[in-house]
Amino acid sequence: MAGKQLDGKTAVITGGAGGIGRATALLFASEGAAVGIVDLNPERGQEVVREISIAGGRAIFESANVTRSADCRRVVERTLHEFGGIHILFNNAGIIRRASAVEISEEDWDAVMAVNVKSVFLMSREVIPIMARAEGGSIINTASGWGLAGGARAVAYCASKGAVVLLTKAMAIDHGRQKIRVNCICPGDTDTAMLRSEARQLGEAEDRFLAESAGRPLGRVGKPEEIARAALYLASDAASFVTGAALVVDGGGLAGSG
Amino acid sequence: MRLEHKVALITGGTSGIGEATAVLFGKEGASVTITGRDEKRGHAVAEKITNDGGKAIFIRADVRNAEECRRAVDETLRVFARLDILFNNAGVFYPHTTLDCTEEEWDLQMDVNLKGTFLMAKAALPHMIEQRCGVIINNSSGWGIAGGDAAVAYCASKGGVVLLTKAMAIDHGRQGIRVNCICPGDVDTPMLPEDARLRGLKWEDYLAGCANRPLGRIGTTDEIAKAALFLASGDSSFMTGAALVVDGGGLAD
Repeated sequence: MAGKQLDGKTAVITGGAGGIGRATALLFASEGAAVGIVDLNPERGQEVVREISIAGGRAIFESANVTRSADCRRVVERTLHEFGGIHILFNNAGIIRRASAVEISEEDWDAVMAVNVKSVFLMSREVIPIMARAEGGSIINTASGWGLAGGARAVAYCASKGAVVLLTKAMAIDHGRQKIRVNCICPGDTDTAMLRSEARQLGEAEDRFLAESAGRPLGRVGKPEEIARAALYLASDAASFVTGAALVVDGGGLAGSG
Repeated sequence: MRLEHKVALITGGTSGIGEATAVLFGKEGASVTITGRDEKRGHAVAEKITNDGGKAIFIRADVRNAEECRRAVDETLRVFARLDILFNNAGVFYPHTTLDCTEEEWDLQMDVNLKGTFLMAKAALPHMIEQRCGVIINNSSGWGIAGGDAAVAYCASKGGVVLLTKAMAIDHGRQGIRVNCICPGDVDTPMLPEDARLRGLKWEDYLAGCANRPLGRIGTTDEIAKAALFLASGDSSFMTGAALVVDGGGLAD
């Protein structure tokens, strides 16, 4: 396609300092978008801004805890102040705790639900009125393959990601007439710091854990850039008739029963 | 251009979604084989692509016939020397319940929509396996995931396409072949007014019903073509066995 796919757009990306969020920030910026990067980690966040600036793109970083509504409001106000609008919201911040219902603490349950689900609600609540006043927008939520099928020792994560899938569909219904599209991506295991942390949480050797994760039709784990390109499709006008969808990007992991 | 040096074969390429995809793939640099049963329209689409500076041929083929599927693949290989993308798009639809669907109409929909997908994949896969890469995209439907009224054979055939997609993805992923399907909602194709006519509904009333989804409108053929482009390109390199729903939110509730 001629030209850049996100020229003239502004995107806010939560969890944008590492992994899938970082890859998406870099890709969106290279496709012409101004990017607001949100994360708890200011050093890594500023580093992504530098990378984008060096490549000739536009980006800002705002340190924020997206489980707090005041932080979400501040992020949106800063982005509006810097870039004048928000057309794309990528709710990507997420954490995982590998534990069964018996093992997991109530605090960990609350933390997973707050970061993975409530933040999507809080950020969307701030951004939807802005998109509705403009000519619409695209909200993309990072769910998971484990938002569609269950996984071992991941009760809070599965519950949170299942919630993201249905929150996506519910918001798509409510805001479609305002030309706001809401979709989610369900990635399979992707080579990020979060995936490696799972090996530690489960007390498994990292290389063995990664080899097991590759056990899917394409025979490998995904790269953050491959999830970023799925996000780009959903963010761009190429997906203008796509809303309420759960885009599975998992090397075929969910195609069978395992 | 996102499909430079690629060769694509598109069944049912003479109109609707197939035509729009053939034109888009041609613009993105792919050499395109169009198959279909309407020779006149097929040549017209191929000519449109060629006039835009692309490469395209039309091959008359009925996907219900294994020999014709093999011939379409062989001819593509003869002319373009490879085959990277197969878009199984040919489809037919008759609105009937189990009680009023004749056996002939059942067979026709199952044979074109489902068996045709199998036969074309069977003809194309050996070459893709030899190349160690390839993409198969099957056109399913929102009605391959949820049921619809008076559409038993169509729903059965499209549900079959979704699971055939997943099964083939499992079998051929390790050979470097990705298999995905698209599940479009109501799209502005000749199939839509034909359905309204067969159901005895006024077009305006029928269209209003189709548009009753979160985005408040039906889709365009170009929007489905862009989904096919995403699945055909390297942008979806970690996707296989997926059902991409492109329906303006119709299935969200």
